[in-house]
Amino acid sequence: MTAQPQAVQTDPRVDVLVIGGGNAALCAAIEARRQGATVLVVEAAPKFYRGGNTRHTRNLRCAHDEGNEILTGPYPEDEFWDDLMRVTGGETDPELARLTIAESKDLWDWMNGVGVRFQQPLGGTLNLGRTNAFFLGGGRAMLNALYDTAEKMGVEIRYDTSATALDIEDGFFKSAVIEGPDGQQTVHARALVTAAGGFEANIEWLKEYWGERAENFLIRGTPNNRGTILRMLLDAGVEPVGDPTQCHAVAIDARSPQFDGGIVTRLDCIIFGVVLNNRCERFYDEGEDFWPKRYAIWGRLVADQPDQIAWIVFDEKAAGRFMPSVYPAISAPSLEELAEKLGLDPSAFAAEIGRFNAAVVDGEFNTEIHDDCRTEGITPPKSHWARRIDQAPFHAYPVRPGITFTYLGTRVNREARVLMQGGRPSANIYAAGEIMAGNVLGRGYLAGIGMTIGAVFGRLAGEGAARHVGN
Amino acid sequence: MLGTELQQEAERQITICNACRYCEGICAVFPALQMQRSFAAGDIDYFANLCHDCGACYHDCQFSPPHEFAINLPKTLAAVRQESYGHYAWPAALAPVFARNGLIIAVIAALSVTGFLAGMIAWNAPGALFSAHTSPEGFYALMSHNAMVGLFGPVFLFSIFAMLMGLRNFWRDANAVRMVEGAAPASLWQAVKDAGSLRYLDGGGAGCFNEDDKPEDKRRLYHHLTFYGFLLCFAATSVGTIYHYGFGRVAPYAWWDLPQMLGTVGGFMLAAGTGGLMAAKKRRLPDLVAPETRGMAMAFILMLHLTAVTGLGLHILGGTPAMGLLLALHLGVVFALFLTMPYGKFVHGLYRFAALVRLAMAKRTGLKTRVMA
Repeated sequence: MTAQPQAVQTDPRVDVLVIGGGNAALCAAIEARRQGATVLVVEAAPKFYRGGNTRHTRNLRCAHDEGNEILTGPYPEDEFWDDLMRVTGGETDPELARLTIAESKDLWDWMNGVGVRFQQPLGGTLNLGRTNAFFLGGGRAMLNALYDTAEKMGVEIRYDTSATALDIEDGFFKSAVIEGPDGQQTVHARALVTAAGGFEANIEWLKEYWGERAENFLIRGTPNNRGTILRMLLDAGVEPVGDPTQCHAVAIDARSPQFDGGIVTRLDCIIFGVVLNNRCERFYDEGEDFWPKRYAIWGRLVADQPDQIAWIVFDEKAAGRFMPSVYPAISAPSLEELAEKLGLDPSAFAAEIGRFNAAVVDGEFNTEIHDDCRTEGITPPKSHWARRIDQAPFHAYPVRPGITFTYLGTRVNREARVLMQGGRPSANIYAAGEIMAGNVLGRGYLAGIGMTIGAVFGRLAGEGAARHVGN
Repeated sequence: MLGTELQQEAERQITICNACRYCEGICAVFPALQMQRSFAAGDIDYFANLCHDCGACYHDCQFSPPHEFAINLPKTLAAVRQESYGHYAWPAALAPVFARNGLIIAVIAALSVTGFLAGMIAWNAPGALFSAHTSPEGFYALMSHNAMVGLFGPVFLFSIFAMLMGLRNFWRDANAVRMVEGAAPASLWQAVKDAGSLRYLDGGGAGCFNEDDKPEDKRRLYHHLTFYGFLLCFAATSVGTIYHYGFGRVAPYAWWDLPQMLGTVGGFMLAAGTGGLMAAKKRRLPDLVAPETRGMAMAFILMLHLTAVTGLGLHILGGTPAMGLLLALHLGVVFALFLTMPYGKFVHGLYRFAALVRLAMAKRTGLKTRVMA
């Protein structure tokens, strides 16, 4: 007699398979389950790291005609539209953008209904109190509420489980291979929701556009956004959207961990000082415009410097005037000593600061307006908030490009169904969240809009998938 | 540089919290720490005593372990808190009591009970301990009212004094670098409301956490039962004292009389609340527990529980031969509780209240940096 083969776990069969575990994925799972579908969510991360970049978010932008106990005033659809046009420069699908904004009006009630709690912003983010709803406890608290709701509704969730292959024939999804703690299985589902993020954590893929520079990039969020699912969909003939070479990149503390450093690694002090590369040269106007309007250009600027590193240098006058960050500034009693600590040439460093100081035209310093503190006769200039760096001790923060997200995605229609090349919608494949955000946000960034797009299209995808299953 | 290793670790974490601020809506700790950029030892102790240990920030934090930033404020601040009790204890020579608190309190309680038993046997006629229940003076037959007042009064007064001195040390340290002044009456009232409702033991509205990652914890209810039950018991004793000295009405009182009613209701609340707290403590998520704080917390809850249970026992079985033993047990436990009040977890209420007052003042009038001489 031969030994019985080990019991093979039967391959799961569900109505809707959701790949991904963030805001968009959970909104889709909850909505599909509400319509009666059986739902399996596969999340590549372990339970603690569940939710991808949603863990690092803190608010959601939503249109509303009246303020409430949290939102400090009305945010009409037209104003939301104007804001979106301003940041994208029109790089958006107008139909989907209108849809996102209109549907965002429901999100306040919907989120409250699934147990998400909101708070009024206190310090530092007051300017967003009217347009954005802040999660009490931040993105992870919001995710905890979504997961709790989904579990109570009967959504099955598997952690540490990634989809490694998709069987797609002519735009029709048949099954997916998943790998997790139980080994490898084939999931048969009647509809697929892909909500697995962008590819910003895939350095090899970034190198296709950025070359070796990408080796020095830090990724602000999850290491799991490797674009695996995005690549599979594009390879299966889904039409791409968004500029593949573009990503949202800010300058963050160079000492940050390579992944998942999140919000605390940001530095808001560039307008208070100057930025030097490792040749001790300034390379861009640090006072060009208000910080919220310029912070997202500095990732790219630093990426273009030798070795992708730079230092924000300021003096004691500026200390404590900006939001604190995770690592302390590097400080020294003189410019030369500071340069030595930074590993830079002390005389070149002091000379560059000296040139800057000599070019400063005195004015009335005021960060609330475009003030008249500027430089004359140097290139690049510092157009506003320029003050001599002359009060010891001197301070510096090292910065590197910190990548938030990528813009390349899958094209979708109003039902969140992916479009195949040629414009035909897939029969049963949906996309939501960062993987399709490029449809709406083709360029730039607007605080909280990633969560808006994720929630709106997550809900549409879940509804659509369940409807497809029901037919 | 900050004092202890624990304070340094708390400062490391708080610096990250101050850069993040996602938790600012959860409780009092985050708005308090966001008012400053750098943190002295007294500031850390102040934050630690503001923390109500609701656990929400641990579950909400994207940087909790296993993230390399390893933020776990509930656990770290609990350890700092216990250390701070020793730091502020008066007289300072008794600070080490906090380090092995559970054991020391257990020994004192046992000695105290033994003392009362031995005393009652030695001072009374043979067999009186088991027959006193038939005497018209009730338990005063075993220990006179004057003897009780003479024994408990000084101990109680000393404990109050020692705790006030501790409070003074805490306040001085909290205000060593940045100080608050002004708006004291309004701030006191604010703190009474915040403490009385345990406003900050609910995760900012979502509820607090205990055994798992669901905000379904009942500790707020248990604590209310414990605290208000304790107050009712204390009120029963106070009313009894007023009856005795003011109106010449001497115990025992009828079941419907105020001291009896207050004591019975309070006793049941205290027994139930402390029972709930003990059960919750046993179930608490290990990640949130600083092991060194376990003994102190358990000792205190158990002492309150025993106070309630022996008091109720005395009330119910007062007319039986068990009365004498129960009286010795009850008085022994209460005596030990009074004696160890300044050197056990009882002080958490005082320092937390003071921290809430300070926060209310800081919110109203801001923090002023002291000019160093």
